[in-house]
Amino acid sequence: MLHIKCPHCGMRSQNEFSYGGDATVKRPELNKEVSDQDWNNFVYNRKSLRGKHLELWQHLSGCRQWIKVERDTATHEIFRTFKANEDNS
Amino acid sequence: MDQNFRLSDGGLINRDKKLSFKFNSKTYYGYEGDTLASALIANGVHLIGRSFKYHRPRGFFGAGVDEPYAIVQLYRNGETEPNIKATEQELFEGLEATSVNCWPSVNFDIGAINNFLKIFLPAGFYYKTFMWPKSFWYKVYEPFIRRAAGLGVASTKHDKERYEHKYEYCDLLIAGSGPSGLASAYAAAKNGARVILAEDKSRFGGTLLTSDVNIGNQTGKEWAEGIISELKEMPNVTVKNRSQVFGYYDHNMLVMSERISDHLPKTKKFHPKQRLWYIRAKEVLISSGSIERPIVFGNNDTPGVMLSSAAKEYLKVYGVLVGRNPLIFTNNDSGYETAIEFKKNGIDPIILDTRKDPQSEIVEEAKNLGINIKFSYVVVAAQGYKKVKSADIAKISNNKEQLGSVENIKCDCICVSGFWTPTIHLASQSGNKTKFNEDIDAFVPGTSKQNETTLGAANGSYTLDRTLKSSFETAYELSKKITNNDNKVSLPNIVEKKSTTHDKFWCVPLPKGKNYKRFLDFQNDVAVSDVEIALKEGYRSIEHVKRYTTLGMATDQGKTSNLNGLQLVSNIENKIVPNVGHTTFRPPYTPVSIGAIVGREVGKHSKPTRKSPMHTWHEKNNAIFVDAGVWLRPRYYKQGNENLFEGSKREAKNVRTNVGVCDVTTLGKIDIKGPDAAELLNRVYTNAWLKLPVGKARYGVMLREDGIVMDDGTTTRISENHYHMTTTTAQAANVLSHLEYYLQLVWPELNVNVVSTTEQWAGAAIAGPKSRDLLQKLFPKSDVSNEGLPFMGYIEGDLFGVKARIFRISFSGELAYEVNVESDNGNFMWEKIMEVGQEFKIEPYGTEALSTLRIEMGHVAGSELDGRTISYDNSLEGLLSKKKDFIGKRSLTREAFIAEDRQKVVGVVPLDKKTSIPEGSHLVKDSNAPLPNPKLGYISASCWSVEYDNPFSLAILKDGKNMIGEKLFVMSPLKNKVIPVEIVSSHYVDPKGERVRS
Ligand SMILES: [Zn+2]
Repeated sequence: MLHIKCPHCGMRSQNEFSYGGDATVKRPELNKEVSDQDWNNFVYNRKSLRGKHLELWQHLSGCRQWIKVERDTATHEIFRTFKANEDNS
Repeated sequence: MDQNFRLSDGGLINRDKKLSFKFNSKTYYGYEGDTLASALIANGVHLIGRSFKYHRPRGFFGAGVDEPYAIVQLYRNGETEPNIKATEQELFEGLEATSVNCWPSVNFDIGAINNFLKIFLPAGFYYKTFMWPKSFWYKVYEPFIRRAAGLGVASTKHDKERYEHKYEYCDLLIAGSGPSGLASAYAAAKNGARVILAEDKSRFGGTLLTSDVNIGNQTGKEWAEGIISELKEMPNVTVKNRSQVFGYYDHNMLVMSERISDHLPKTKKFHPKQRLWYIRAKEVLISSGSIERPIVFGNNDTPGVMLSSAAKEYLKVYGVLVGRNPLIFTNNDSGYETAIEFKKNGIDPIILDTRKDPQSEIVEEAKNLGINIKFSYVVVAAQGYKKVKSADIAKISNNKEQLGSVENIKCDCICVSGFWTPTIHLASQSGNKTKFNEDIDAFVPGTSKQNETTLGAANGSYTLDRTLKSSFETAYELSKKITNNDNKVSLPNIVEKKSTTHDKFWCVPLPKGKNYKRFLDFQNDVAVSDVEIALKEGYRSIEHVKRYTTLGMATDQGKTSNLNGLQLVSNIENKIVPNVGHTTFRPPYTPVSIGAIVGREVGKHSKPTRKSPMHTWHEKNNAIFVDAGVWLRPRYYKQGNENLFEGSKREAKNVRTNVGVCDVTTLGKIDIKGPDAAELLNRVYTNAWLKLPVGKARYGVMLREDGIVMDDGTTTRISENHYHMTTTTAQAANVLSHLEYYLQLVWPELNVNVVSTTEQWAGAAIAGPKSRDLLQKLFPKSDVSNEGLPFMGYIEGDLFGVKARIFRISFSGELAYEVNVESDNGNFMWEKIMEVGQEFKIEPYGTEALSTLRIEMGHVAGSELDGRTISYDNSLEGLLSKKKDFIGKRSLTREAFIAEDRQKVVGVVPLDKKTSIPEGSHLVKDSNAPLPNPKLGYISASCWSVEYDNPFSLAILKDGKNMIGEKLFVMSPLKNKVIPVEIVSSHYVDPKGERVRS
C-alpha cells in the first residue's frame, strides 16, 4: 500500500485515495473545433509508461481534493505531490 | 510408555503443568511450553504423515517455520483447521490433531502405491501422465488426485472466531528476536526510537536459547531474558511474540500476523483469535536469522532424518531426545554443537564429517569429550521405512566423487547439517537486489530499494561478536537519524567458541548399482532425478524448472530446498549459482489464515450498512428489505401472507388509484452554490440550464466524455446562486467526484462549491391522483394548487412546525411530489404523512412497486443507463442541446452513435399477455434459427403492469425506432424460455405524460 503525501493533509495511506489517471492530459476547450484524432487521444489514448509518471489522485476519504502525484510506475517511488493548481514543472 | 524420550530435567518447558492431547485418536501427554512436535517426539512418535506425491512416510525435519513435513489437521474448540505445522503449534490441554495425506491411515496408506509407481510420476507428471485419454480426466484422474493429494481439509462451516486488523506506525520495525534483533531493538529503544519487535515463536531469543555463549557474564538465554524484560517496560517499545512479519510491501509497509489465541484451548471472551498488523515503519531491521540446509543423500526423507539444529532445539528447549543412537552428518562445525549437547546428556553420538581435518575450538571440544568422529565420511543412504534403523555410510575421496566401500551402522536418527541459508525473504520482497556470497554458498541481501537493513545471520554473519557489534551500531545510527538523540549503549563482553570454515559439499553421489531417491524438496517430493529430467527436457530458467518440477512450490516455499535445487541446476548446467539466480520470493513468508486477512469485514460487516431515518418505521411495518448499494431499502411491505409479487402489485396499484408514499432518502443529493453554479450545470448536463428560474426544477442527463450516459436526476434552483442536485442512489459518489474533478482541475475558474447532502435530507415521494389533496392537508398554509405549485415547481413549506422542501417531480408518472426535511425530522415527516394520508387510503410502497411504476411509464433508470447506452438509446436525445457544448458532446458524432439502425429503448409485451419475461433475456427474430442465434437486443427491466394487468418489459433493441409493432421472440436459455412478444412503445402508460401535469 502506497504512502501518499496529500499537499493539503500530509502523509496518508493509499486506501484514502482513488486513482484518476494521467495528469498531463488536457481537456480540449469547450466550444472549440476538435479533430477526431485529438478527441480520440483525449478520451481513449493513454501511454502506459514505465518510469516517472505524473498522475491524478483524489483524496476521497480525506479533503476530497484532486492532487497531482509524480510516481515511478515500476518502483512506486513517489517523488513529489502537487495541489491541483500548483505548477508541476 | 509416557514421554520415554523426555530427559529427566532441562529445557524451557513447564514440567509442573502436564497436558493431555490426541494424535490420530491416541492420547498422549506433554508439558506446557511444548509444541505438538516436541510432545510427539517426547513420546517416540516419528511417523506423522505421508508425502504429497509418493505417500512416503513422513516424520519431523525441523523445529519451526522451516518444517516441510509435519503438517497436521488441527481440531480446536469444535473447529478444524488444515495446514498446521506441528513444529509451530503450541500444545494445549485437549489438543487434537490428525495426519493428512494418508488414507485410510498413516500406518497403512493406499497412496503409497504411488511410491512403487514412481517411475510413472517423474517431473512434470501432472502435465504428462494424466493427459490421455481426455475423457479419463474427470472420471478417473481428478478424483484420484483429489483424494490422494492435499495438505488437509478446509472446514466448510462458518468461522466463528474473530480476527482483527490493526494499523500501526513506528520508527523501527525489527523482525526477529534473535541476537541481532534484541541488540538492535535495545540500542534503538535506548536512543528514544519508537520500536516494534516481532518474534514468530512464543519465546524470545532465537538461537540464544540454544547456543553455548556468554554475553556480559550471562548465558545467552539469561541475557536475552534481561533485554526483553527491560524492553517490555519501555513506553516507546512494543514487543510481540507469536507474531510473524510475513510481507514487505511498498513504501515500507509490512504486514504481521499475531497469533493471539491459537495456543489456547479456546479463544478468551472478547479476544480475537488472530490480529493482522499493518505497520508503516520508517526503518526496517530484518533479523530473521538463517535456516540450516540439508545435505542430499539416499532416502534422505526417511522419518528420523532431520536438521541438526532442530535436534539441538528439541534437546535444549524441550528436553526431548530425537533419538538415543544419533548419527550426526555434517559439513561444518554446527553439527558438533548438537553432538556435544547429546554427549552432555549421556547419549553417545557418532559424527560423520565430510571435511578431512577441520581445526577449531568446537571440533577440539568434541574430541576431548571422546565423541566418535569419522572424517571424510558421508551417509550414502538411510535405511528403514517408517523410521531410520541404520545408515549406509562410506568414506569419500578428497575430490568428493568416489565413495569407499559401503558399511552399515545402527542409528535411530540422522542429524544433518549442510551449513546455513540466510532468511532473505523479507529483504527480497522489499525489492532488495540480493547477491551471492561465495563464503557461505548462499544469497544475502545486497542493494536496498526501501529503508531496510538486514542484520546478523540473515545477512550471512555467523559470529555472535560481529552480529551484536553491527546490530548495536546500525540501530544506534538509524535511531539517531530519526530521533536526533545520542544515547549509545555499550557493547557487552562476548565469549563464544570459534569455528572454522565449512565444506561446500552438498550432495552425496549414488553408489554403483543403487538408485536411491535423493530428495531436494521434501514437501513436494522433488528428487535430484526430477530436476535432471527437467533440464534434459530443455527447461533452463530456474522459474520454469520450479514450476515443472514443483521444486520449492509448496507451503514451506522451499525454505530448506531452494539452495540445493540451485546447486544441482548449476552443477548440471556448469554455471555458478549466482548465474542460475533464485526464484522470486513473494509474500507471505509463511501461510496466513484467510480469516486474518479478511479481518472483521465478513458477512454483514463486509461493507457499511446505511439506513434512512425512517428505517425503524419500515421495520415495524413489515418491510422486506433489499440491498441498494450500501443502503437498505424496503422492497415491499408485507401484508399477511403476501409474496413479493402480490405485495408490490398491491402497492403500485394503490399509487395509480389513491396515493402512496416511498422513502427516497437514498437518492444522492448534492448542494451546489456559487455565482457560476448555473454555468457548471450547463456544462455537465446535456440540456440548457442558464435560464432555469428560481423555484423551478429541471430533469437533466449527464454524460461521460466518451458520450455514454453517466447519470440522470433533477436539479432545483433554490435561490439565485443555490441549486439542489439529485443523483441516482448508485451513482451518488461518482457524480460528486465527477463534479469535483471538473471544478478543481478542468475549470478552476468557475466559482462554485459542491458538497454531498445525501445524509442531511430525508425524502418522501408522495405519488398518486390523491397526492395533491394529501399535500394540501400536510401544508395547509401553502398554495399547492396546479397554479401555485406546477409540475417541476418548488416551494418551501411548514410541516407542522418543521421546515420542508417540496418538489413537484415524479418518477412514477403520477401526479407526485417529493418532500424533504432535515434528517432528524425524517421519521416525524413520515409518520405525519401516514397519519394525514389515512383518509386518502395511503399505503407505503417499496422499490419493487417503484420499479413497476417507472417501467410501465417508460422512465429509464439504472438498468437502461448501464454504462453502455447513449442518450438516443434511452430516447433522451430531445435533451441534447444543439446550442451549447457539454461534457461528452464531441463523442456523440462517432459513427456507431449515429448509425441509422442504432439501438433504442422499446416496450415488450408477451403475445399471450400472461408469461412473465425474465430480465436479461435476448430478443431474436427467429426462435428456431441455428446457434448462435443473432441477438437483436436484450430485456433491461420487467414488471407486471398494474395499469393493464399483464407483463410488460423494457428492452434495448437494435433499430428500435422502426421496430414498434414487430413480432419477435424473447429467449432465455438460462430459464429455458421462448416467449413470442410484440414490440410496443416504451411509454406504455400515459404516453403523453398528462398525469404528472394534472
Ligand atoms: Zn487531503
